[in-house]
Amino acid sequence: MIRTVAALVVALALSSLLITVTGGSPPAALQALVRGSLGDATAVSLTLLYAAPLLLIAVGACVSARAGVFNIGQEGQVLIGALAGAAVGLRLAVPGPALVVVVLLASALAAGLWAWLSSLMHRLRGVDIVVSTLLMAFLAQQVVAFAVNTPWLLQESRLGRATVLPQTNKLPADALLGSIGHYPGLQINAGLLIAAVPAILVAVVLARTRWGFRITMLGLNPLAAQHSGVRVGALSGVALAISGALAGLAGAVLLTSPLSTNRLQPGTSLGIGWDGLLVALVARNRPLLAIPVAGLFAVLRSGGSFLAATGVPSYLVDVVKALLVLAFVAPPALKRWSSA
Amino acid sequence: MSLAGDIETVLFSGVRLAAPLAFAACGEYLAERAGTLNISVEAMMLGAAFGAVAVAGLTGSGLAGLLAGILIGALIGLVHGVLAHGLTVNTFVVGLVLNALVLGLTSYLIATATPLSRPPERWPLLSLLVIIPSTWWLVDRSRWGLELRAAGENPQAAAMTGIRVNLRRRQALLWCGALSGLGGAYLAVGEVGSFNQNMTAGRGYLVIAAVIFGGWRLARTLVGCALFGLADALRLALPALGVTVNSQLLISAPYLLALLAMLLFASRHNQPHALGRPSPRSGV
Repeated sequence: MIRTVAALVVALALSSLLITVTGGSPPAALQALVRGSLGDATAVSLTLLYAAPLLLIAVGACVSARAGVFNIGQEGQVLIGALAGAAVGLRLAVPGPALVVVVLLASALAAGLWAWLSSLMHRLRGVDIVVSTLLMAFLAQQVVAFAVNTPWLLQESRLGRATVLPQTNKLPADALLGSIGHYPGLQINAGLLIAAVPAILVAVVLARTRWGFRITMLGLNPLAAQHSGVRVGALSGVALAISGALAGLAGAVLLTSPLSTNRLQPGTSLGIGWDGLLVALVARNRPLLAIPVAGLFAVLRSGGSFLAATGVPSYLVDVVKALLVLAFVAPPALKRWSSA
Repeated sequence: MSLAGDIETVLFSGVRLAAPLAFAACGEYLAERAGTLNISVEAMMLGAAFGAVAVAGLTGSGLAGLLAGILIGALIGLVHGVLAHGLTVNTFVVGLVLNALVLGLTSYLIATATPLSRPPERWPLLSLLVIIPSTWWLVDRSRWGLELRAAGENPQAAAMTGIRVNLRRRQALLWCGALSGLGGAYLAVGEVGSFNQNMTAGRGYLVIAAVIFGGWRLARTLVGCALFGLADALRLALPALGVTVNSQLLISAPYLLALLAMLLFASRHNQPHALGRPSPRSGV
């Protein structure tokens, strides 16, 4: 604990140093960060919007990491989820608000399958899962780019225009996530609920059920798990699929909430797949801890765009994020090292 | 332009696009044979590219820039090595964090600084003629390389015979950093002549794909780099020649090829058995 606090102080000191050296003012930057993310109802609404997909991805990463399967391809799984969601939302004639449910389910299913492919390749040919999830993230980017650049796939209709952009048509209103509740100025998107439920559910399942125990045992000692009757290959495949499905759900939330223009674009993922993974690392693979951490990373995202006004480039938040992860990852290792 | 001329243009640009990959691939090959699946090669190349342009711009010397790039790459390799094979933090976690940190830091710094630019100088390309054979000799023929490969194949057995496994892995990462740094520096100083935000744009991941495609053999890894460079050159050149081509397929070709190589030739592959797995601390 003391080490972690010390590491956090060092991380913040380094960030302040960076701002000072490049001619900025750390207090002004902090103020802008806070004002941009928590300053008023609009800012808080934006922060909550970002928190939802971050949390979904992080919770998924917790599931697979706890099972001893390290999935680092969330960025691709987010995109595949968004792609499936867009395809279903634009092409399927589901009446009324049932459409958004179908969109969400399709996203989770497609991304879950996409992630599960890595597990399949591991079982059939011994392909390393870290490598295949990473390589497939770059494949997914090109799959989405292909889909939105190809008129007979998902590219927007020409409608007599001279140029069409690499994006899909706008999703119908029935496929979009609305706000829940009525608060003055504040918008709480349904995406937040979609993220909070799995977080709590996964925490309970991992901590309290037989299935969760198997997952944890598999992660801690695959051999012992196998000898006590766990079907190692199948279970780690399921864990990877769940992790992919939650990332895909995050993709659907990005696509159908006001974070995007509600059109699938190559950049729809906003790099949130990578960020969500970092959230899980800071939360040390605990789903409930991921809730406040996702909130913190969402603050950095929404506040980051306000930094530029103080003369500090918004890329600062990327440095802060990486330093935060280091501050949470290095101290336990330091402890293991000094006690070894 | 004639067909022969077109082919010549594409081949030349393919070589130029493959060169930065080749430098880094030598380093990544070395690190992976020692058992580290090093994904921070992206950070090494990007950080070095930034440092190389900054130093070359300040001193007016391309050579100084390249040296700075090598130093920055090696520094990142050192940090990765100490965290992963000294403090036993998961090597993929270290790689992800370093990639995020360097991307953020270089983006931040280039946004606060006035961009420098200078004419590209291609002479460092020739150093590949020395680096490739010496990497091969170092890994496949020297005593040090034997210990390195033992650390990658079976760290327990290696430690038992008195090889300091984690030290060898740290040294391999240091070399990987220096060579990847040279690759990134060459990209910035040798080919482009300036630095722009995220200028490596995933080339580090291409390098990893090349080593996998090459089945953990140096010659085939370099063939992979050449193929990937050529695919990139084709993507850039074909539209100008009036040929419609699926650019997404060409961009994803390296990743597809690496995945296919692993699926089809897994049994004949040379993959180090302990790749990506930590060694017990007794092996320090």
